[in-house]
Amino acid sequence: MVYAWQPACSIELIRLRARVLHEIRLFFYAENVLEVETPILCHAIGTDPFLDFFSTAELTGKQPSLYLQTSPEFAMKRLLAAQTGSIYQITKAFRKGELGRLHNPEFSMLEWYRVGYDLRQLMDDAELLLGRLLPEEYFSEPATRLCYADVFQQYTGLNALQFDLECYQLVAEKRGLVDAIRLCADDHSSWLDFLFSHIVQQELVKYGICMIYDYPACLPSLARLNTDNPLTVARVEVFVNGIELANGYYELADPQQQRQRFEQEILIRERNGAERVQQDERFLAALQNGLPDCSGIAIGLDRLLMIISQKNHINEVLAFPVENA
Amino acid sequence: MASYSTSEFKGGLKLMMDGDPCSIIENEIVKPGKGQAFNRVKLRNLKTGRVIERTFKSGESLEAADVIELDMQYLYNDGEFFHFMHPESYDQYQADESAVADAKLWLKDQAMCILTLWNDAPISVTPPNFVELEIAETDPGLKGDTSGGGGKPATLETGAVVRVPLFVQIGEVVKVDTRTGDYVSRAKA
Repeated sequence: MVYAWQPACSIELIRLRARVLHEIRLFFYAENVLEVETPILCHAIGTDPFLDFFSTAELTGKQPSLYLQTSPEFAMKRLLAAQTGSIYQITKAFRKGELGRLHNPEFSMLEWYRVGYDLRQLMDDAELLLGRLLPEEYFSEPATRLCYADVFQQYTGLNALQFDLECYQLVAEKRGLVDAIRLCADDHSSWLDFLFSHIVQQELVKYGICMIYDYPACLPSLARLNTDNPLTVARVEVFVNGIELANGYYELADPQQQRQRFEQEILIRERNGAERVQQDERFLAALQNGLPDCSGIAIGLDRLLMIISQKNHINEVLAFPVENA
Repeated sequence: MASYSTSEFKGGLKLMMDGDPCSIIENEIVKPGKGQAFNRVKLRNLKTGRVIERTFKSGESLEAADVIELDMQYLYNDGEFFHFMHPESYDQYQADESAVADAKLWLKDQAMCILTLWNDAPISVTPPNFVELEIAETDPGLKGDTSGGGGKPATLETGAVVRVPLFVQIGEVVKVDTRTGDYVSRAKA
Protein backbone atom coordinates (compact mmCIF):
# COMPACT_ATOMS: atom_id res chain seq x y z
CA MET A 1 0.00 0.00 0.00
CA VAL A 2 1.24 3.45 -0.92
CA TYR A 3 0.44 6.17 1.58
CA ALA A 4 -0.19 9.68 0.31
CA TRP A 5 1.82 11.71 2.81
CA GLN A 6 1.77 15.06 1.06
CA PRO A 7 -0.38 17.99 2.22
CA ALA A 8 -3.73 18.35 0.48
CA CYS A 9 -3.37 22.10 0.04
CA SER A 10 -0.65 24.03 -1.73
CA ILE A 11 2.35 25.51 0.10
CA GLU A 12 0.92 28.88 -0.93
CA LEU A 13 -2.15 28.18 1.22
CA ILE A 14 0.01 27.19 4.17
CA ARG A 15 1.78 30.56 3.83
CA LEU A 16 -1.54 32.37 3.50
CA ARG A 17 -2.74 30.77 6.74
CA ALA A 18 0.40 31.96 8.54
CA ARG A 19 -0.08 35.51 7.19
CA VAL A 20 -3.73 35.59 8.29
CA LEU A 21 -2.86 34.36 11.80
CA HIS A 22 -0.13 36.99 12.04
CA GLU A 23 -2.51 39.72 10.86
CA ILE A 24 -5.09 38.67 13.48
CA ARG A 25 -2.49 38.79 16.26
CA LEU A 26 -1.31 42.23 15.12
CA PHE A 27 -4.89 43.49 15.17
CA PHE A 28 -5.64 42.31 18.70
CA TYR A 29 -2.22 43.35 20.00
CA ALA A 30 -2.88 46.90 18.79
CA GLU A 31 -6.36 46.79 20.35
CA ASN A 32 -4.94 45.61 23.66
CA VAL A 33 -6.95 42.39 23.62
CA LEU A 34 -5.16 39.58 25.46
CA GLU A 35 -4.36 36.30 23.72
CA VAL A 36 -5.32 33.27 25.84
CA GLU A 37 -5.31 29.49 25.65
CA THR A 38 -7.96 27.21 27.12
CA PRO A 39 -8.08 23.41 27.16
CA ILE A 40 -9.43 21.46 24.22
CA LEU A 41 -9.91 18.42 26.45
CA CYS A 42 -12.50 19.22 29.17
CA HIS A 43 -14.76 17.52 31.69
CA ALA A 44 -17.91 19.16 30.31
CA ILE A 45 -19.27 19.97 26.89
CA GLY A 46 -21.88 22.28 25.39
CA THR A 47 -25.51 21.20 25.39
CA ASP A 48 -26.24 22.54 21.88
CA PRO A 49 -29.01 20.28 20.64
CA PHE A 50 -27.49 19.85 17.19
CA LEU A 51 -23.79 19.61 17.92
CA ASP A 52 -22.24 16.20 18.17
CA PHE A 53 -18.97 15.84 20.02
CA PHE A 54 -16.09 13.42 20.43
CA SER A 55 -15.60 11.94 23.85
CA THR A 56 -12.34 10.36 24.86
CA ALA A 57 -11.54 7.33 26.93
CA GLU A 58 -11.69 7.94 30.66
CA LEU A 59 -8.88 9.95 32.19
CA THR A 60 -7.76 7.42 34.77
CA GLY A 61 -9.46 4.47 36.42
CA LYS A 62 -13.03 5.33 37.37
CA GLN A 63 -13.03 8.94 36.19
CA PRO A 64 -15.62 9.92 33.60
CA SER A 65 -14.63 10.53 30.01
CA LEU A 66 -13.40 13.86 28.70
CA TYR A 67 -14.70 15.78 25.72
CA LEU A 68 -13.00 17.48 22.80
CA GLN A 69 -14.49 20.98 22.86
CA THR A 70 -17.00 22.05 20.21
CA SER A 71 -16.09 25.66 21.09
CA PRO A 72 -13.85 27.36 23.69
CA GLU A 73 -16.77 29.47 24.90
CA PHE A 74 -17.29 28.19 28.45
CA ALA A 75 -13.61 28.24 29.37
CA MET A 76 -13.14 31.72 27.92
CA LYS A 77 -16.10 33.02 29.91
CA ARG A 78 -14.54 31.56 33.06
CA LEU A 79 -11.50 33.69 32.29
CA LEU A 80 -13.69 36.75 31.71
CA ALA A 81 -15.40 36.13 35.06
CA ALA A 82 -11.91 36.15 36.60
CA GLN A 83 -11.47 39.72 35.28
CA THR A 84 -9.03 39.16 32.43
CA GLY A 85 -10.61 41.97 30.43
CA SER A 86 -11.08 41.50 26.66
CA ILE A 87 -9.54 38.28 25.36
CA TYR A 88 -9.09 36.32 22.12
CA GLN A 89 -8.05 32.82 21.24
CA ILE A 90 -7.03 30.95 18.10
CA THR A 91 -7.80 27.30 18.71
CA LYS A 92 -9.05 24.03 17.30
CA ALA A 93 -12.66 22.97 17.80
CA PHE A 94 -14.17 19.56 17.10
CA ARG A 95 -17.64 18.59 15.87
CA LYS A 96 -18.46 15.00 15.20
CA GLY A 97 -20.18 14.09 11.96
CA GLU A 98 -19.60 17.45 10.29
CA LEU A 99 -17.93 16.60 7.03
CA GLY A 100 -18.48 18.19 3.64
CA ARG A 101 -17.61 21.07 1.37
CA LEU A 102 -17.67 23.56 4.26
CA HIS A 103 -17.00 21.20 7.17
CA ASN A 104 -14.09 19.25 8.59
CA PRO A 105 -14.70 17.64 12.01
CA GLU A 106 -11.59 19.39 13.36
CA PHE A 107 -11.40 23.05 12.45
CA SER A 108 -9.66 26.28 13.37
CA MET A 109 -11.54 28.98 15.17
CA LEU A 110 -10.86 32.53 16.20
CA GLU A 111 -13.00 33.52 19.16
CA TRP A 112 -12.90 36.84 20.95
CA TYR A 113 -14.74 38.73 23.68
CA ARG A 114 -14.93 42.47 24.18
CA VAL A 115 -15.76 43.58 27.69
CA GLY A 116 -18.26 46.46 27.75
CA TYR A 117 -19.36 45.96 24.10
CA ASP A 118 -22.96 45.42 23.03
CA LEU A 119 -23.91 43.63 19.80
CA ARG A 120 -23.62 46.75 17.58
CA GLN A 121 -20.12 47.48 18.84
CA LEU A 122 -19.16 43.85 18.32
CA MET A 123 -20.40 44.04 14.72
CA ASP A 124 -18.26 47.16 14.15
CA ASP A 125 -15.30 45.29 15.63
CA ALA A 126 -15.81 42.24 13.42
CA GLU A 127 -16.15 44.47 10.37
CA LEU A 128 -12.89 46.22 11.23
CA LEU A 129 -11.00 42.94 11.59
CA LEU A 130 -12.51 41.37 8.45
CA GLY A 131 -11.56 44.57 6.60
CA ARG A 132 -7.94 43.72 7.38
CA LEU A 133 -8.24 40.09 6.32
CA LEU A 134 -10.55 39.93 3.31
CA PRO A 135 -9.67 41.25 -0.16
CA GLU A 136 -10.44 44.96 -0.64
CA GLU A 137 -13.35 44.42 -3.02
CA TYR A 138 -15.51 43.20 -0.13
CA PHE A 139 -15.22 46.58 1.51
CA SER A 140 -15.82 48.99 -1.35
CA GLU A 141 -18.73 49.96 0.89
CA PRO A 142 -19.63 49.12 4.49
CA ALA A 143 -20.93 45.58 5.17
CA THR A 144 -24.69 45.20 4.70
CA ARG A 145 -26.49 44.81 8.04
CA LEU A 146 -29.90 43.18 8.00
CA CYS A 147 -32.21 42.29 10.82
CA TYR A 148 -33.18 38.60 10.76
CA ALA A 149 -36.93 39.18 10.73
CA ASP A 150 -36.63 41.69 7.86
CA VAL A 151 -34.48 39.52 5.64
CA PHE A 152 -36.65 36.47 6.39
CA GLN A 153 -39.79 38.42 5.50
CA GLN A 154 -38.19 39.78 2.35
CA TYR A 155 -37.25 36.40 0.86
CA THR A 156 -39.92 34.08 2.24
CA GLY A 157 -42.80 36.47 2.90
CA LEU A 158 -43.09 34.93 6.37
CA ASN A 159 -43.01 36.39 9.86
CA ALA A 160 -40.01 34.79 11.57
CA LEU A 161 -41.08 35.91 15.02
CA GLN A 162 -44.64 34.62 14.93
CA PHE A 163 -45.01 30.98 13.98
CA ASP A 164 -47.95 30.20 11.72
CA LEU A 165 -47.60 26.57 10.66
CA GLU A 166 -50.06 26.79 7.76
CA CYS A 167 -48.31 29.81 6.22
CA TYR A 168 -44.93 28.16 6.62
CA GLN A 169 -46.18 24.94 4.98
CA LEU A 170 -47.67 26.91 2.11
CA VAL A 171 -44.36 28.61 1.37
CA ALA A 172 -42.52 25.27 1.50
CA GLU A 173 -44.98 23.81 -1.02
CA LYS A 174 -44.75 26.81 -3.30
CA ARG A 175 -40.96 26.64 -3.31
CA GLY A 176 -40.85 22.90 -3.98
CA LEU A 177 -39.40 22.23 -0.51
CA VAL A 178 -41.97 19.63 0.52
CA ASP A 179 -39.45 17.79 2.70
CA ALA A 180 -39.68 20.67 5.17
CA ILE A 181 -43.21 19.65 6.09
CA ARG A 182 -42.06 16.16 7.08
CA LEU A 183 -38.77 17.18 8.71
CA CYS A 184 -39.86 20.26 10.66
CA ALA A 185 -43.35 19.11 11.73
CA ASP A 186 -44.59 21.81 14.11
CA ASP A 187 -41.21 22.92 15.47
CA HIS A 188 -40.67 26.63 14.87
CA SER A 189 -36.88 26.61 15.17
CA SER A 190 -36.56 23.69 12.74
CA TRP A 191 -38.68 25.62 10.25
CA LEU A 192 -36.51 28.71 10.63
CA ASP A 193 -33.33 26.63 10.17
CA PHE A 194 -34.79 24.95 7.09
CA LEU A 195 -36.20 28.00 5.33
CA PHE A 196 -33.26 30.24 6.19
CA SER A 197 -30.71 27.76 4.85
CA HIS A 198 -32.72 26.74 1.77
CA ILE A 199 -34.16 30.09 0.72
CA VAL A 200 -32.60 33.09 2.45
CA GLN A 201 -28.96 32.08 2.57
CA GLN A 202 -28.49 31.86 -1.20
CA GLU A 203 -29.95 35.35 -1.55
CA LEU A 204 -27.19 36.64 0.72
CA VAL A 205 -24.56 35.82 -1.92
CA LYS A 206 -25.27 39.12 -3.67
CA TYR A 207 -24.35 41.23 -0.65
CA GLY A 208 -20.74 40.02 -0.57
CA ILE A 209 -20.33 40.51 3.15
CA CYS A 210 -23.43 40.88 5.29
CA MET A 211 -24.36 40.64 8.93
CA ILE A 212 -27.69 39.24 10.05
CA TYR A 213 -28.58 40.37 13.56
CA ASP A 214 -31.32 40.01 16.19
CA TYR A 215 -32.23 36.35 15.79
CA PRO A 216 -35.65 34.99 16.81
CA ALA A 217 -35.73 34.11 20.50
CA CYS A 218 -36.29 30.43 19.71
CA LEU A 219 -32.72 30.34 18.31
CA PRO A 220 -31.04 31.87 21.37
CA SER A 221 -27.94 29.77 22.01
CA LEU A 222 -25.97 31.90 24.50
CA ALA A 223 -27.27 35.31 23.46
CA ARG A 224 -29.22 37.58 25.79
CA LEU A 225 -32.78 38.63 25.06
CA ASN A 226 -33.20 42.06 23.51
CA THR A 227 -34.90 44.28 26.08
CA ASP A 228 -36.70 46.34 23.40
CA ASN A 229 -38.06 43.22 21.66
CA PRO A 230 -38.10 40.07 23.80
CA LEU A 231 -39.10 38.03 20.72
CA THR A 232 -35.49 38.42 19.58
CA VAL A 233 -32.03 37.79 20.98
CA ALA A 234 -28.86 39.82 20.52
CA ARG A 235 -27.15 37.40 18.16
CA VAL A 236 -25.32 38.10 14.90
CA GLU A 237 -24.13 35.89 12.08
CA VAL A 238 -21.72 37.05 9.40
CA PHE A 239 -22.14 35.71 5.87
CA VAL A 240 -19.63 36.15 3.06
CA ASN A 241 -20.84 35.11 -0.40
CA GLY A 242 -23.68 33.34 1.38
CA ILE A 243 -21.24 31.23 3.46
CA GLU A 244 -21.75 31.41 7.20
CA LEU A 245 -18.46 32.70 8.58
CA ALA A 246 -19.07 33.92 12.14
CA ASN A 247 -21.56 33.70 14.98
CA GLY A 248 -21.64 36.18 17.86
CA TYR A 249 -23.70 37.22 20.86
CA TYR A 250 -24.23 39.94 23.37
CA GLU A 251 -23.52 37.35 26.01
CA LEU A 252 -26.12 36.05 28.38
CA ALA A 253 -24.77 36.65 31.88
CA ASP A 254 -27.76 35.59 34.00
CA PRO A 255 -26.93 32.22 35.61
CA GLN A 256 -30.60 31.31 36.17
CA GLN A 257 -31.54 31.92 32.55
CA GLN A 258 -28.43 30.08 31.42
CA ARG A 259 -29.34 27.08 33.58
CA GLN A 260 -32.86 27.07 32.11
CA ARG A 261 -31.50 27.11 28.57
CA PHE A 262 -29.18 24.22 29.37
CA GLU A 263 -32.14 22.28 30.75
CA GLN A 264 -34.24 23.02 27.67
CA GLU A 265 -31.41 21.99 25.36
CA ILE A 266 -30.83 18.79 27.29
CA LEU A 267 -34.53 17.98 26.87
CA ILE A 268 -34.33 18.58 23.12
CA ARG A 269 -31.27 16.33 22.96
CA GLU A 270 -33.15 13.61 24.81
CA ARG A 271 -36.13 13.96 22.49
CA ASN A 272 -33.85 13.63 19.45
CA GLY A 273 -32.02 10.67 20.90
CA ALA A 274 -28.74 12.61 21.02
CA GLU A 275 -25.99 11.62 23.43
CA ARG A 276 -26.66 12.63 27.05
CA VAL A 277 -24.74 15.57 28.45
CA GLN A 278 -24.43 17.30 31.81
CA GLN A 279 -24.49 21.04 32.16
CA ASP A 280 -21.10 22.60 32.80
CA GLU A 281 -21.28 23.45 36.51
CA ARG A 282 -17.90 25.19 36.53
CA PHE A 283 -19.15 27.55 33.82
CA LEU A 284 -22.41 28.16 35.71
CA ALA A 285 -20.43 28.87 38.89
CA ALA A 286 -18.43 31.48 36.96
CA LEU A 287 -21.67 33.15 35.82
CA GLN A 288 -22.90 33.05 39.40
CA ASN A 289 -19.77 34.89 40.43
CA GLY A 290 -20.45 37.46 37.71
CA LEU A 291 -19.66 37.67 34.02
CA PRO A 292 -18.71 41.20 33.00
CA ASP A 293 -20.99 42.80 30.44
CA CYS A 294 -19.49 41.60 27.15
CA SER A 295 -20.02 40.47 23.58
CA GLY A 296 -18.18 37.66 21.84
CA ILE A 297 -17.91 36.17 18.38
CA ALA A 298 -16.22 33.23 16.68
CA ILE A 299 -14.94 33.06 13.10
CA GLY A 300 -14.29 29.83 11.23
CA LEU A 301 -10.73 30.37 10.03
CA ASP A 302 -10.70 27.60 7.42
CA ARG A 303 -13.75 29.11 5.74
CA LEU A 304 -12.14 32.54 5.92
CA LEU A 305 -9.13 31.09 4.07
CA MET A 306 -11.48 29.51 1.51
CA ILE A 307 -13.02 32.91 0.85
CA ILE A 308 -9.69 34.75 0.62
CA SER A 309 -8.18 32.15 -1.71
CA GLN A 310 -11.45 31.57 -3.63
CA LYS A 311 -11.47 27.83 -3.01
CA ASN A 312 -14.63 25.81 -3.26
CA HIS A 313 -13.88 23.01 -0.79
CA ILE A 314 -12.49 23.21 2.74
CA ASN A 315 -10.01 20.43 1.92
CA GLU A 316 -8.28 22.84 -0.45
CA VAL A 317 -7.16 25.03 2.46
CA LEU A 318 -6.26 22.27 4.94
CA ALA A 319 -2.83 20.69 5.03
CA PHE A 320 -4.29 17.41 6.22
CA PRO A 321 -8.08 17.09 6.01
CA VAL A 322 -9.54 14.37 8.20
CA GLU A 323 -9.44 11.83 5.35
CA ASN A 324 -5.64 11.84 5.37
CA ALA A 325 -4.91 13.29 8.81
CA MET B 1 -32.53 -4.61 1.96
CA ALA B 2 -29.49 -2.50 2.85
CA SER B 3 -29.86 1.16 3.61
CA TYR B 4 -27.59 4.19 3.62
CA SER B 5 -27.41 6.91 6.25
CA THR B 6 -26.94 10.54 5.15
CA SER B 7 -23.34 10.38 6.35
CA GLU B 8 -22.66 7.83 3.60
CA PHE B 9 -24.23 9.93 0.85
CA LYS B 10 -21.96 10.68 -2.09
CA GLY B 11 -22.16 11.10 -5.83
CA GLY B 12 -23.13 7.90 -7.65
CA LEU B 13 -24.84 6.22 -4.68
CA LYS B 14 -28.07 4.43 -5.73
CA LEU B 15 -31.11 4.90 -3.49
CA MET B 16 -34.84 4.28 -3.51
CA MET B 17 -36.85 7.49 -3.54
CA ASP B 18 -40.66 7.51 -3.75
CA GLY B 19 -40.57 3.97 -5.14
CA ASP B 20 -38.09 4.69 -7.92
CA PRO B 21 -34.37 3.94 -8.08
CA CYS B 22 -32.30 7.13 -8.06
CA SER B 23 -28.64 8.02 -8.26
CA ILE B 24 -27.09 10.83 -6.20
CA ILE B 25 -25.61 13.58 -8.36
CA GLU B 26 -24.69 16.00 -5.60
CA ASN B 27 -24.86 15.98 -1.82
CA GLU B 28 -24.37 19.16 0.20
CA ILE B 29 -24.49 19.47 3.98
CA VAL B 30 -26.42 22.54 5.03
CA LYS B 31 -25.98 23.55 8.64
CA PRO B 32 -27.36 26.89 9.69
CA GLY B 33 -25.57 28.36 12.68
CA LYS B 34 -25.77 25.97 15.53
CA GLY B 35 -29.02 24.67 14.08
CA GLN B 36 -30.04 21.42 12.55
CA ALA B 37 -27.97 19.83 9.84
CA PHE B 38 -29.65 18.91 6.58
CA ASN B 39 -28.40 17.03 3.56
CA ARG B 40 -29.51 18.76 0.41
CA VAL B 41 -29.34 16.17 -2.33
CA LYS B 42 -29.67 16.30 -6.11
CA LEU B 43 -30.80 12.94 -7.46
CA ARG B 44 -31.41 11.52 -10.89
CA ASN B 45 -34.42 9.25 -11.22
CA LEU B 46 -32.90 6.31 -13.09
CA LYS B 47 -36.20 5.36 -14.73
CA THR B 48 -37.24 8.75 -16.05
CA GLY B 49 -33.87 10.54 -16.11
CA ARG B 50 -35.45 13.47 -14.31
CA VAL B 51 -33.37 15.37 -11.77
CA ILE B 52 -35.00 16.12 -8.41
CA GLU B 53 -33.85 18.01 -5.33
CA ARG B 54 -34.63 16.66 -1.89
CA THR B 55 -33.63 17.42 1.68
CA PHE B 56 -32.98 14.97 4.51
CA LYS B 57 -32.25 15.45 8.15
CA SER B 58 -28.70 14.40 8.89
CA GLY B 59 -28.83 10.91 10.35
CA GLU B 60 -31.83 9.76 8.29
CA SER B 61 -31.48 6.56 6.32
CA LEU B 62 -32.71 5.63 2.87
CA GLU B 63 -33.18 2.23 1.35
CA ALA B 64 -30.46 1.24 -1.09
CA ALA B 65 -31.54 0.57 -4.67
CA ASP B 66 -30.42 -2.73 -6.15
CA VAL B 67 -29.00 -1.12 -9.26
CA ILE B 68 -26.05 -2.28 -11.30
CA GLU B 69 -24.56 -1.09 -14.55
CA LEU B 70 -23.24 -3.73 -16.93
CA ASP B 71 -21.49 -3.59 -20.29
CA MET B 72 -23.71 -5.45 -22.73
CA GLN B 73 -23.86 -6.20 -26.39
CA TYR B 74 -26.97 -5.07 -28.26
CA LEU B 75 -28.40 -7.96 -30.28
CA TYR B 76 -31.61 -7.00 -32.05
CA ASN B 77 -35.05 -5.44 -31.78
CA ASP B 78 -38.02 -7.80 -32.21
CA GLY B 79 -40.47 -4.98 -32.70
CA GLU B 80 -41.51 -4.93 -29.04
CA PHE B 81 -38.32 -5.54 -27.07
CA PHE B 82 -34.67 -4.73 -27.48
CA HIS B 83 -32.43 -7.69 -26.71
CA PHE B 84 -29.03 -7.50 -25.07
CA MET B 85 -26.42 -10.06 -24.07
CA HIS B 86 -23.72 -10.09 -21.47
CA PRO B 87 -20.48 -10.80 -23.40
CA GLU B 88 -19.07 -13.18 -20.80
CA SER B 89 -22.00 -14.90 -19.13
CA TYR B 90 -24.12 -14.86 -22.33
CA ASP B 91 -27.10 -13.96 -20.11
CA GLN B 92 -29.72 -12.24 -22.19
CA TYR B 93 -31.92 -9.33 -21.16
CA GLN B 94 -34.84 -7.69 -22.89
CA ALA B 95 -35.58 -4.01 -22.46
CA ASP B 96 -38.78 -2.28 -23.44
CA GLU B 97 -39.12 0.94 -25.44
CA SER B 98 -39.33 3.15 -22.33
CA ALA B 99 -36.08 1.76 -20.90
CA VAL B 100 -34.20 2.16 -24.16
CA ALA B 101 -35.73 5.59 -24.87
CA ASP B 102 -33.45 7.85 -26.95
CA ALA B 103 -30.58 5.36 -26.81
CA LYS B 104 -32.26 3.44 -29.66
CA LEU B 105 -31.16 6.20 -32.04
CA TRP B 106 -27.56 5.10 -31.54
CA LEU B 107 -27.87 1.32 -31.20
CA LYS B 108 -26.39 -0.75 -33.99
CA ASP B 109 -26.49 -4.54 -33.92
CA GLN B 110 -23.53 -6.04 -32.01
CA ALA B 111 -22.60 -2.63 -30.53
CA MET B 112 -21.59 -2.40 -26.86
CA CYS B 113 -23.52 -0.21 -24.45
CA ILE B 114 -24.22 0.11 -20.74
CA LEU B 115 -27.38 -1.48 -19.41
CA THR B 116 -28.68 -0.29 -16.04
CA LEU B 117 -30.47 -3.09 -14.19
CA TRP B 118 -32.80 -2.53 -11.26
CA ASN B 119 -33.74 -5.72 -9.45
CA ASP B 120 -32.24 -7.50 -12.45
CA ALA B 121 -34.53 -5.77 -14.98
CA PRO B 122 -33.22 -3.21 -17.50
CA ILE B 123 -34.39 0.35 -16.74
CA SER B 124 -32.08 2.35 -18.95
CA VAL B 125 -29.55 2.02 -21.73
CA THR B 126 -26.55 4.27 -22.19
CA PRO B 127 -24.81 4.16 -25.57
CA PRO B 128 -21.05 4.71 -25.74
CA ASN B 129 -20.11 8.43 -25.71
CA PHE B 130 -18.94 8.11 -29.31
CA VAL B 131 -20.40 5.87 -32.01
CA GLU B 132 -19.50 5.37 -35.65
CA LEU B 133 -22.48 5.01 -37.94
CA GLU B 134 -23.10 4.96 -41.68
CA ILE B 135 -25.04 7.71 -43.40
CA ALA B 136 -28.20 6.28 -44.93
CA GLU B 137 -29.54 9.43 -46.44
CA THR B 138 -28.46 13.01 -47.04
CA ASP B 139 -28.68 15.62 -49.79
CA PRO B 140 -25.68 15.65 -52.09
CA GLY B 141 -23.32 18.40 -51.00
CA LEU B 142 -22.13 21.25 -53.18
CA LYS B 143 -19.22 20.30 -55.38
CA GLY B 144 -15.86 21.45 -54.14
CA ASP B 145 -17.10 22.43 -50.68
CA THR B 146 -14.60 21.15 -48.18
CA SER B 147 -14.95 23.92 -45.64
CA GLY B 148 -17.41 22.10 -43.43
CA GLY B 149 -19.24 25.34 -42.77
CA GLY B 150 -23.03 25.46 -42.87
CA GLY B 151 -23.87 21.78 -42.85
CA LYS B 152 -26.93 19.72 -43.73
CA PRO B 153 -29.09 17.08 -42.03
CA ALA B 154 -28.14 13.44 -42.52
CA THR B 155 -30.07 10.33 -41.48
CA LEU B 156 -27.86 7.60 -40.03
CA GLU B 157 -28.36 3.84 -40.40
CA THR B 158 -29.99 3.73 -36.95
CA GLY B 159 -32.49 6.48 -37.78
CA ALA B 160 -30.81 9.32 -35.88
CA VAL B 161 -30.63 12.63 -37.71
CA VAL B 162 -27.47 14.70 -37.21
CA ARG B 163 -26.06 17.82 -38.83
CA VAL B 164 -23.04 16.99 -40.93
CA PRO B 165 -20.72 19.10 -43.11
CA LEU B 166 -21.77 19.53 -46.73
CA PHE B 167 -18.96 17.32 -48.07
CA VAL B 168 -20.11 14.18 -46.24
CA GLN B 169 -21.94 11.75 -48.51
CA ILE B 170 -24.29 8.75 -48.33
CA GLY B 171 -22.45 5.55 -47.43
CA GLU B 172 -19.73 7.30 -45.45
CA VAL B 173 -19.22 6.42 -41.78
CA VAL B 174 -19.20 9.30 -39.32
CA LYS B 175 -18.29 9.61 -35.65
CA VAL B 176 -20.99 11.17 -33.47
CA ASP B 177 -21.06 12.27 -29.82
CA THR B 178 -24.17 10.55 -28.41
CA ARG B 179 -24.39 12.91 -25.40
CA THR B 180 -24.95 15.96 -27.60
CA GLY B 181 -25.97 14.36 -30.90
CA ASP B 182 -23.19 16.31 -32.63
CA TYR B 183 -21.14 15.18 -35.60
CA VAL B 184 -17.46 14.85 -34.63
CA SER B 185 -15.62 13.71 -37.76
CA ARG B 186 -15.57 11.25 -40.59
CA ALA B 187 -14.57 7.85 -39.30
CA LYS B 188 -11.07 6.84 -40.25
CA ALA B 189 -11.22 4.08 -42.83
